Amino acid sequence: MAERKPLFQFAYRRSPDQDARESAHHGVVIVGAGPVGLSLAIDLAQRGIAVVLLDNSDRIGEGSRGICYAKRTLEVWDRLGVGDPMVEKGVTWRRGKVFRSSDLLYEFDLLPEGGHKRPAFINLPQYHVENLLVGRAAALPGIDLRWRNEVVDIVAHPDGADLRIETPDGPYGLRADWVIACDGVNSTVRKRLNVEFAGEMFDDQFLIADIKMSAELPTERRFWFDPPFHEGRSALMHRQPDDVWRIDLQLGPHADAEREKRPEIVRARLAAMLGHDEFELEWVSVYRFQCRRIRSFVQGRVVFCGDSAHQVSPFGARGGNSGVQDAENLAWKLALVLSDEAPASLIASYDLERGQAADDNIRHSTRSTDFIAPHSAAEARLRDATLALAPHADFAKRMVNSGRLSTASVYDTPLSTADGDVWGGGVPPGAAMQDAILSKGSENLYLTDIVAPRFTLLFAQAVAAPKLSAPIDLVAIATTQSPCAPLRDAQGQFAARYEATPGCGYLLRPDGYVAARFRDATVEGVEAAFGRARGKG
Amino acid sequence: MRLDTSSRFSDPDAAYRLVVEAHRGLADEESRKLDAALILILANQIGDLTVLREALALSRAAVAPVKEAATS
Repeated sequence: MAERKPLFQFAYRRSPDQDARESAHHGVVIVGAGPVGLSLAIDLAQRGIAVVLLDNSDRIGEGSRGICYAKRTLEVWDRLGVGDPMVEKGVTWRRGKVFRSSDLLYEFDLLPEGGHKRPAFINLPQYHVENLLVGRAAALPGIDLRWRNEVVDIVAHPDGADLRIETPDGPYGLRADWVIACDGVNSTVRKRLNVEFAGEMFDDQFLIADIKMSAELPTERRFWFDPPFHEGRSALMHRQPDDVWRIDLQLGPHADAEREKRPEIVRARLAAMLGHDEFELEWVSVYRFQCRRIRSFVQGRVVFCGDSAHQVSPFGARGGNSGVQDAENLAWKLALVLSDEAPASLIASYDLERGQAADDNIRHSTRSTDFIAPHSAAEARLRDATLALAPHADFAKRMVNSGRLSTASVYDTPLSTADGDVWGGGVPPGAAMQDAILSKGSENLYLTDIVAPRFTLLFAQAVAAPKLSAPIDLVAIATTQSPCAPLRDAQGQFAARYEATPGCGYLLRPDGYVAARFRDATVEGVEAAFGRARGKG
Repeated sequence: MRLDTSSRFSDPDAAYRLVVEAHRGLADEESRKLDAALILILANQIGDLTVLREALALSRAAVAPVKEAATS
């Protein structure tokens, strides 16, 4: 197998900062131009915050790595202006099948209802994701992206940090008010600051291979427990664009990783699975998975996002997705703090909210990994009994765990205003907004397209909307055909998903999370919730 | 009362996890003893012979289907 060539190459350029006698001073320096660092840079730039983005490489494309991107992440990328090309390039899917031996145990549909702009998932190799984000970043003023700028040291101060950076032209220094570490699992920033990265390592090893073949298989996630082609272990298969397929095979704790990576060994395993050897190997790796996190994602003026802060096993697609959602959570808060519209303490809510998300992801990912690779004979018996009961009993089917796929986390946060009214359903404070189709004249629009990444009041039109003096966008929606609001809930999706009745209002944060909701939205109620959501409560 | 095989936990993964964690740190023989004790406790909690009989039949069907009797 040939090493995969880098698909996208970028040019190192000398920065004037390298000629400065003293370290140049910047407001925000982001370390790492992966999906997380790029998403954060774009979000901040769109909010008028200039950033320096450093990356130790100058190319992307060696290995597909993360491939599954969830609906919530696609909605974030919509707001960053890259949702369409991601979905066009990616393979859209929502169905999965779980097999035991060669028998189908069950199928699932991750998005059985209509009225959503974005699908449950797309599969797209990480290098395409990064390349599309780099293209968007280059089109925005305010992003100074520096390739082959490797951070080798960081010294933190109460009001910022000093960075030492190696380049092809030699080293230089930068001073930043805020450093955001998006530099992945092996984060240099985390190591240099001696931040502990603790958690669980799993014994089992997994072979991950990308292969190229033309196959007439449906676009769905397929998972096998104890398949005939790989007895006693598990297998996972995903479709990627351009006739590329991702296959994960469990190898057990004692496999010889170097031997397992040899092309003839990999080919033999895959040929047994596929029943033919008409495929090319694109990329092969052998992993042991870990679930771990750092205790606090905010260490003074250094903030950790994505894999530098938390790591999960791949079952559930919770790594890349949670990283992009970290960036989304941080961007609006940092922008408000830097423009003096919110206290610096607002950043603590990033640690709280995304720490909850990380715990949730680690919990799910640990449970899935333990089900797929049981720790002991007792756990294996319990797992096998679950699989044996699943065809006979619905409760056991629900316990079969081949990965619980990433959805938006719900935050228990002081930025939310607790419900003061009675709600039977709808979207509670701390949860992400739901999409819905609305009508404007003869046109159909998605709610996620209508709402801008700013504080927004979704108001179910009664007589008149509250006259807000705070900087809050108003989106008024007529729940019945009414001339007073041009947006109509013609299909009733807004009413159903938000339990919306005339006069009710949802205050959305700039990341599309519900800050508060009111049966009768008043200026006082909405503005008090607005203050709380900006950390002034 | 009849055996209910529908999913009754709001978070089935959490229930599964509790059982897994109860076995952590036990030798295999201890794990088997724990399972036996747990079966008796849960059977008593059900307190209904009809349901217990159906549960036993389902377990048997799932993991050890009745084999054709060997003819001598």
